[in-house]
Amino acid sequence: MEPASRLDHNHKLSLREFPYIVRWRDDRCKRCGRCTAVCPVKAIEATVKVMRTIRSEGPVPTPAASRTVVQMVEQVKDMERHCVGCGSCTLVCPNEAIEPELNPQNKMLHYKNKGGDGYKRGGRRNDPTVSTLDKLKFTRISMLTDPALDAGRHEFRIRTLLGRVTAPEQMPLKVVDGKLQMDKKSDVFIPPVREIYPIMIGSMSVGALSPPMWEGLAMGVAYLNEVEGMPVVMCSGEGGMPSRLLRSRYLKYFIIQIASGYFGWDEIVRSLPHMVEDPAAIEIKYGQGAKPGDGGLLMAAKVLKLISKIRGVPQFVDLASPPTHQTKYSIEEAVAKMIQSMSMAWGFRVPVYPKISGSKTAKAVLNNLARNPYAAGLCIDGEDGGTGAAYNVSMDKMGHPIASNLRECYLDLVKQGKQNELPLIAAGGVGKKGNLAANAAALIMLGASGVAIGKYIMQAAADCFGDEHNRCNLCNVGKCPRGITTQDPKLYRRLDSDRVAERVVEVFKAADTELKKIFAPMGRSTELPIGMSDGLSVEDKAIAERLGISYAC
Amino acid sequence: MCRLAAITSKEYISPMEPVLALETMKEGHDGSGLGLTLKDLGGEFEKLKKYPVLSGICSRDGRKVLDDYMKRHGFKLKHEWKPKTRPVDAIISRDHYFARAYDYPEAFRKKPMQEKEDLLMHTRLALRKLGESDESIFAFSFYPDVITIKEVGDPLQVAEFFGLDKDSLKAKIIFAQGRQNTNYAIYLYACHPFFIQGFCSMTNGENTAFVPIREYLSGRGFPGYTGYNSDSEVFTHILHYTVRQLGFPLHYYKDVITPLKATEIEKRSDADAVRLIKQSMRQLCIDGPNMVIGFTPDGRVFMVHDAKKLRPGAVGGVKGRYALMSEECGVDSAVPKRDRTKDFFPMKYDMVIISPDAQEVKVWNQLHG
Repeated sequence: MEPASRLDHNHKLSLREFPYIVRWRDDRCKRCGRCTAVCPVKAIEATVKVMRTIRSEGPVPTPAASRTVVQMVEQVKDMERHCVGCGSCTLVCPNEAIEPELNPQNKMLHYKNKGGDGYKRGGRRNDPTVSTLDKLKFTRISMLTDPALDAGRHEFRIRTLLGRVTAPEQMPLKVVDGKLQMDKKSDVFIPPVREIYPIMIGSMSVGALSPPMWEGLAMGVAYLNEVEGMPVVMCSGEGGMPSRLLRSRYLKYFIIQIASGYFGWDEIVRSLPHMVEDPAAIEIKYGQGAKPGDGGLLMAAKVLKLISKIRGVPQFVDLASPPTHQTKYSIEEAVAKMIQSMSMAWGFRVPVYPKISGSKTAKAVLNNLARNPYAAGLCIDGEDGGTGAAYNVSMDKMGHPIASNLRECYLDLVKQGKQNELPLIAAGGVGKKGNLAANAAALIMLGASGVAIGKYIMQAAADCFGDEHNRCNLCNVGKCPRGITTQDPKLYRRLDSDRVAERVVEVFKAADTELKKIFAPMGRSTELPIGMSDGLSVEDKAIAERLGISYAC
Repeated sequence: MCRLAAITSKEYISPMEPVLALETMKEGHDGSGLGLTLKDLGGEFEKLKKYPVLSGICSRDGRKVLDDYMKRHGFKLKHEWKPKTRPVDAIISRDHYFARAYDYPEAFRKKPMQEKEDLLMHTRLALRKLGESDESIFAFSFYPDVITIKEVGDPLQVAEFFGLDKDSLKAKIIFAQGRQNTNYAIYLYACHPFFIQGFCSMTNGENTAFVPIREYLSGRGFPGYTGYNSDSEVFTHILHYTVRQLGFPLHYYKDVITPLKATEIEKRSDADAVRLIKQSMRQLCIDGPNMVIGFTPDGRVFMVHDAKKLRPGAVGGVKGRYALMSEECGVDSAVPKRDRTKDFFPMKYDMVIISPDAQEVKVWNQLHG
């Protein structure tokens, strides 16, 4: 006799518990098997069922029951193989016979802790609501009191500065024959400053990204600089860079990141004497908006030959960067030393700035940096930032929204009169709903000197499936169905690096046009409207008050 | 858009002259106010050049407060000019309009000019603070050889109200602004020209970069960078900051407010300095549309535009008398007998600087440095 547990299926989860329910249409399916083959998590499988059917074929009803064996596609009811909703099955299906459907009532998080470990994933915070950035509107439109500019006709200079800017009072200038000249006898240190495009590609490592993805981004950035004349820069992420690139003239378009695991730095240090160009900057990662307090994590599945070579580690081992830099003792001492060491490595010719996750403590870090003449800026990464791998709880529940965090840091600098000295770079959720230029412009008007994007460029340039309904988010396990965040050649060969590069160029050119469309009616074209908060309004009094902008309804 | 009229002359002239020039540009102002700044004073102030002149308006109560304050701080009244006001329908007369020359407090008489300037500015700010909430005291300027007059109303009527046509008040440099009220409430402190420690400017157009510039200036730790009832006040303060505080030659004002492109900077002989200024003073870049007319303590008068030349401006005249106007008809009114072919309309790279006593006109080109 069957045990009761098997008969009532009480040990199984129902499909209603799953975040995505696969809708499969028997009448359309031709049983080609492409969907089951492509599914990155094996959430569907081909199965065989016996079906009882009643048919009547004669001129008068003569129903007859028959049993037939039917091949079907069935969703697996194992939470370890839950459908992630990526939709790869739909893409490959020739007959539109299969599609995952979001199940908002799912109880996935109740079960994703098998073996006593919490749910880990990639992507970003699963919050599909409208972010503060998307609520901001540009309401100061120049019209009759002053002429609006023409985005298509006037000359626009959409550029920003990356690096510690010398205060006017400290400029070592002297008047010679009615002209200002640099005072060569002065011992004032003038920190390096780069003029860059205000939207940069944020830190995503070789390793977290597949070779064609990283290469595509890099090629796109080089094209933007060399052909389009747009000085877009890109951050390496933690994990080094291919040594050929380190020794090439293209290095100037890259910000090299150093994080707590120092991955890739053996190769970087070895390449130092051979570098023909300085990098755009050095970013010291202290935190990441998506997972504050967590270190980096590259799972063993992604540590293949190329990665192990670049990072100087064995293959197939988990590469965990510690949550904090091991040398960190106090902010005053450790950050200053780190900035000093990095500056020294390039002869003080390269801006060095820290990146932290959005936090209530950001102001304390900022004030420390404001007093450090070698600190080249501060990047604040808000809670809507993305990551290749983290615990779901870190992504969903930890962190600080970027808008108010950035704003209060900027206003703090304003109080000290240092808003131009220490550039703030805002990241985390820029372009979350696709409004890249609008989000960037809003952050600039709140006080950012520039913004960094990550998730947006993966979505726009490489069609990343991820969204805020926990769609896909397989970046951590190396199974990326788009070939973006995987080291598996079978998967990343799906991605064409040339096409990624082409899309990067298109995205930046479009954003440039849109930024002009925003700045022109506001009468700004010569300099970036950093801190032009009178240009913004919001239909929420609490947000207006918190950000110090006007309320409009 | 406001209309601006400035005349710089070797001879003393009446303030009516720029007011009449304003009248020719009447379509451009709506009569919401007149501001006048006179520098290098003649008439009854000719022999009082070394004494600071406090210009302002006060109520009966305000006058007591003002007198008391000045006395307590050791200023001695040397001379007082009061306009012989005439009733004009559209203008509501206030209690006291004045320009008073004071002698410095004993302790400051032998101090260097810089310290005296700081004392005068602090005094002006203190008086402003004392009378700002109830509008009992307006203090526009407090500086040697400078008088400022402001009132709400049509410029010609305001001049008539003050009896300027019959007054002996004269000066060699006179700035007049006919106000077109735009974004801000009609308020005397929002009326151009603006003045700080010998530097004065007036502007037409709207300053779209006002808020970042205001925030930057406010953070310089200089107590005079305050007020900002008008978005144009920052132009005066940028001038003061550039020339007085940083010690730059005057033409670098242009490099600060309308910086060149990187490729253009490379061609300048002072490229290193200009590049650094562009970065360091990024927040003070104006985006226009603006035309600025200003003077410096040494008596130079200049005109400069935003980088897109979105506002008109004309300079013309003869040696010893030049007019800087927002429109050509103003120049015609101020200097009718001149060679019109030599009139100059500064473009985006130009800065017109007229030497003291209107002796020489120099057009400095930013591209060539």
